[in-house]
Amino acid sequence: MIDWLELVAFLVLFLVVTVMGFVAARWQRGGDLAHLDEWGLGGRKFGSWITWFLVGGDLYTAYTFVAVPALLFSSGALGFYALPYTVVLYPLVFLPVLRLWSVSRVHGYVTPADFVRGRYGSSLLALIVAVTGIVATMPYIALQLVGLEAVLRTMGINASGFLGHLPLLIAFVILALYTYQSGLRAPALIAFVKDILIYVVILVAVFYLPAKLGGWSAIFSAAEQKMAQPSATSGGKPQGSILLTANNQLQYITLALGSALALFLYPHSLTGVLASRGRKVLKRNMVALPAYSFLLGLLALLGYVAIAAGVTPITNNATGRPDTNTIIPALFDSQFGSLFAGIAFAAIGIGALVPAAIMSIAAANLWTRNIYKEYLHKGATPGQEARQAKLASLVVKFGAVAFILFVDPQFSIDLQLIGGVIILQTLPSVAIALYTRRLHRWALVAGWVVGMGYGMYLLYLIPNPANGKAHFGGSALTLDKLTVFGWHPFAGSAVQIYVGFVALVVNLLVAVIVSAVLRAGKVSNGADQTDPADYHADEDSPRLKPVADAVAGVPGAKVVPSD
Amino acid sequence: MSETTPRGPRGGGERTGLRFSAWNLLLIVPLLMLVTPWFNKTDPTLLGMPFFYWIQFVWVFVGVVCVAIVFHMTRDEPVTRGADELGVDDLDERDAR
Repeated sequence: MIDWLELVAFLVLFLVVTVMGFVAARWQRGGDLAHLDEWGLGGRKFGSWITWFLVGGDLYTAYTFVAVPALLFSSGALGFYALPYTVVLYPLVFLPVLRLWSVSRVHGYVTPADFVRGRYGSSLLALIVAVTGIVATMPYIALQLVGLEAVLRTMGINASGFLGHLPLLIAFVILALYTYQSGLRAPALIAFVKDILIYVVILVAVFYLPAKLGGWSAIFSAAEQKMAQPSATSGGKPQGSILLTANNQLQYITLALGSALALFLYPHSLTGVLASRGRKVLKRNMVALPAYSFLLGLLALLGYVAIAAGVTPITNNATGRPDTNTIIPALFDSQFGSLFAGIAFAAIGIGALVPAAIMSIAAANLWTRNIYKEYLHKGATPGQEARQAKLASLVVKFGAVAFILFVDPQFSIDLQLIGGVIILQTLPSVAIALYTRRLHRWALVAGWVVGMGYGMYLLYLIPNPANGKAHFGGSALTLDKLTVFGWHPFAGSAVQIYVGFVALVVNLLVAVIVSAVLRAGKVSNGADQTDPADYHADEDSPRLKPVADAVAGVPGAKVVPSD
Repeated sequence: MSETTPRGPRGGGERTGLRFSAWNLLLIVPLLMLVTPWFNKTDPTLLGMPFFYWIQFVWVFVGVVCVAIVFHMTRDEPVTRGADELGVDDLDERDAR
């Protein structure tokens, strides 16, 4: 059944952000958009507020908003890892992110792979980082569509086959067009609407719903009861628990830590960082961004609220299976009036567009700077780079839509899980390289190869009884299964650990050992373009490369005055 | 800023290499949140919420306070020009358009 008031509220807000997306091209305009600094990084001059909305809108995605509560709904306490993850995140990245901002601003780097290229003089290592980034980002974009689709299907737009995906396709065509035109300014402007709506919706939800459903103690006891019931698929064992168990504590810890280490390695996170004006803006944001974490924690608890409210997942008519990702939309649909439910859905729907736009821009930047310019068109001018990136952003978005249309959405979810594991493998090349070049460039390649291979192998070993899959069924590895050339160091243990964390440890071990060998053999470690002082340069430093600077010898590009 | 930006090592007040401040050690404190056995229990509850849940919300503030202290105590960095107050003026950043 379609609730028209709800749908109209949704459509009106959607229309508002569409207009904003197109108008954004003229907002804060510095130079012309025919330069990656402008199109891909918004002119590198966003202040504290814009950065807060942009990065907040970027990191806390629609998928997060539907998937985290869904995880609490289905497995209990483990799903709450999202809170420690986003709490330890900012202290961990506070210092390295500042260094990356400075060195990128001095040398005009647009992507993390640009930095690796400059730090080690190795286009191979840069290519590895770029490809890893693109591969990890693609399924993430597809997942934003899953979030958007969960909302659309809850509103009653739940047709089967191609028709069922049509609204999604329309939304993405519009998104693709204004991102093409306005670049990073579009999601930056829309993020204001998205984040404000999300704050309003979640604050109302966490105060109104518990009051309506008998308070938090009633909600938690309902959740406890549901978790204690045996699940159909785990052979009579309880579905989950509202506290951690002896077996999933290590998983909780390593998943939170591993995800925190991974987040700022994703190219889209760094795009938000590099677009900011200075170090002070970033520092302020590291203090202020946890407001979103608090919100995410509250939102996660709505998974339990849904249990108390007796909400059941909606069946996706395209796949014929109940989709737990519809839990939160279904909760809003059943508990709120039409108008507010429509606003809530718009919040989640727009919440999908902002990160999808930034992710596609980040992937396009990687493609353009580290593959196109490096291998296909060496002498590309800034104008050609910008045009290439705009086209690449279209390809990336339609690739994501094709993924949802033609491949089971479950596949995107599995891929995103893998995405976290693989992006972590770039930590030594990007994050550690910010501090030291002690790890040799070839050792970094070797560590990446081994970490990636081992991580994939471990993921292959994990079954998922809930959907009958024998392989790639999750990221929680039972220690019993951990093998080193057939040797099981923890045989018999039922304790679980996050695969990404294991793979990273192996990656680092290999990198350290191989570095020692290569140093002993006096193998060249490449030339370092960066100077130690580059890592502390702030917005007033004379070292900074002018924004939207023409490449040496190419006349005609404008230089934007920095103040 | 002129088009010909001087690069390369400069003398004077510029910092080089790693800068270490003891205040940075405060950034380690929020990691203690990862020691789950400390708080993986139901009691005491707050507003009906088990300890496991509400204490992790408290940790959000611990994280914010630690980062904020480091931010304030390591301000000796090259100072930025112009006002960057958290005012609404910031939204329009200088001369937009």
